[in-house]
Amino acid sequence: MNPLTACLLLSALLFSIGLGGALSRRSAILVLIGIELMLNAANLNFIAFWRFGPHPENLTGILFVIFSIAIAAAEAAVGLALILAVYRHFKTSDLSRLNSMKG
Amino acid sequence: MNSPFFILAALTIFGASAAMTLRNMVHCTLALSICFIGIAGLYLNLGAQFLGLAQVLVYVGAVVILIVFAILLTRSGELPSPRPSRAVYGIIVAAPTFGILAWAMLTGATVPVQPQAHIDQIGRVMMHHYLLPLEIVGLLLTAALIGAVVIAMEEKQSTK
Repeated sequence: MNPLTACLLLSALLFSIGLGGALSRRSAILVLIGIELMLNAANLNFIAFWRFGPHPENLTGILFVIFSIAIAAAEAAVGLALILAVYRHFKTSDLSRLNSMKG
Repeated sequence: MNSPFFILAALTIFGASAAMTLRNMVHCTLALSICFIGIAGLYLNLGAQFLGLAQVLVYVGAVVILIVFAILLTRSGELPSPRPSRAVYGIIVAAPTFGILAWAMLTGATVPVQPQAHIDQIGRVMMHHYLLPLEIVGLLLTAALIGAVVIAMEEKQSTK
């Protein structure tokens, strides 16, 4: 198998696991974990394309992943702070019980 | 691909699927850290040493610890198991996504080469071509940290 194809298949599988988990779990923290998994799958794609792409000397993939990791860290901090605020307000982090805006 | 790639890939997929299916949330977080370590090993295997180290520092060191603290502060260690209908919906969406992505990847063509990225190269490029994005990311991280503190602050203190 082509090495790039193997990397991309692994990353697609990781993305699908994260997507399925984020859609099916009820805890807000586990949904955030699913989103982190999807972000990591995208980072793995960038690295694979940098490694096996036509112009690796530009380091574009590496730099993009560095910025992506920084933004993912900021997103995790803000997301977990939001989960804490929601827990303090509703006394639960179960997403199926946060239905006060349900029509 | 070499055999370390497949070992690391199996470790990553095992960690990810365990993190999304286990009942106890602390176990989920442990499985997530296994998955992140596997991804760091994949980065090292692909020749991106700096990113492997950054992955271990940022994800295993910071994000997983944040998640553990969030589990602690929301007292949500054990949750009732998800209803089967929700898991079915998740699989219904995720499986076609993987199918479409895998089809697109298996029908494309590629050019393999063998680059290496040393840390001094990364630093030079980051300080020359990507200086403005670097500063913006620094600003974003500062704003996110202040925002996280403000959002998570006690409501009594914020209404004073």
